[in-house]
Amino acid sequence: MSMELLPALTYAELFPNGVMRYAIGGLLIGLGAAVIYLGTGIIAGASTFLESTWSYASDLPRFNRRKYLDSRDWRVVFTLGIVLGAAVYAVVFQGGTWTTEVQWWRLLGGGILVGIGTRVGKGCTSGHGVCGVGSVSETSLVNVATFMAVAIGTAQLVQALGVTP
Amino acid sequence: MSSDQQRHPAFMPLILLGGLIFGFGLGYSHMARPEVVLNFLQFDDLGLLFVMGGAAVTTGITFFVATNLLDRAPLTGRQYTRRLKSFDQNVLVGGAIFGVGWGVSGICPGAAYASLGVGNFPILWAISGMFIGAYLQGFWRARSADTDSTAAVSD
Repeated sequence: MSMELLPALTYAELFPNGVMRYAIGGLLIGLGAAVIYLGTGIIAGASTFLESTWSYASDLPRFNRRKYLDSRDWRVVFTLGIVLGAAVYAVVFQGGTWTTEVQWWRLLGGGILVGIGTRVGKGCTSGHGVCGVGSVSETSLVNVATFMAVAIGTAQLVQALGVTP
Repeated sequence: MSSDQQRHPAFMPLILLGGLIFGFGLGYSHMARPEVVLNFLQFDDLGLLFVMGGAAVTTGITFFVATNLLDRAPLTGRQYTRRLKSFDQNVLVGGAIFGVGWGVSGICPGAAYASLGVGNFPILWAISGMFIGAYLQGFWRARSADTDSTAAVSD
């Protein structure tokens, strides 16, 4: 599809790192969600952890709703699993630690907006993007189209302003 | 869902296993690197399409098979359902705010946790930010809910 939209660009220009690492990684991400789903019927998203974990520390009713109290323990385990799984990757394939060059204020400021946006919008790249799209949910498809378009515009603007990395 | 005491003994180990595979996949696909996400958004490397596509195809087949052919989840007795959330303005507003954040930082929740796993300690800035953001929206929505109910009562 991309090739038809962008006929002047070659495969090597569109995918300078090939596609296998991305496709295999994506299949594994889906497999992780599928393992949990087949065993428990639970559709695991990554962003609800942010709200459900606040219930340990905050009395705000918003964070202490039944569904957060009931799920907060396994969400911590799920998140620890994600950290450990990525650590296994780092040891086996990466050969050590890796750190980003992206500046701290971009990470912090972007993180705050991600925290607000995923919770207001009912999900993130895993909830809407992977599980919602996998469910052919119109709500999720609209959400993904929205955040993709806005993120592309934002990243291009940041680049045009000369902010690197 | 059942309470902690009644949970199947394999429940937490299975959640951990699923998280491990999920996190390994995020590491393997390089989604734990904000630079790779930003390269996608700036059209320098469109590989991320294959990450989301590969993951969505896998969950799509799994959801289809389970909802049509399987009975109930063995560890919880839950019925298999698709992920269907109601549509309202928040889906658009939240998606747009998330889009700005993703475009500025190149990080999203799952990838940020995985990034910590690959040894990327500066990602703690982003994880702190996400918790601050989640708290701000909870605080704001609790307040606006109070205002709404007060208004409804006075009406």
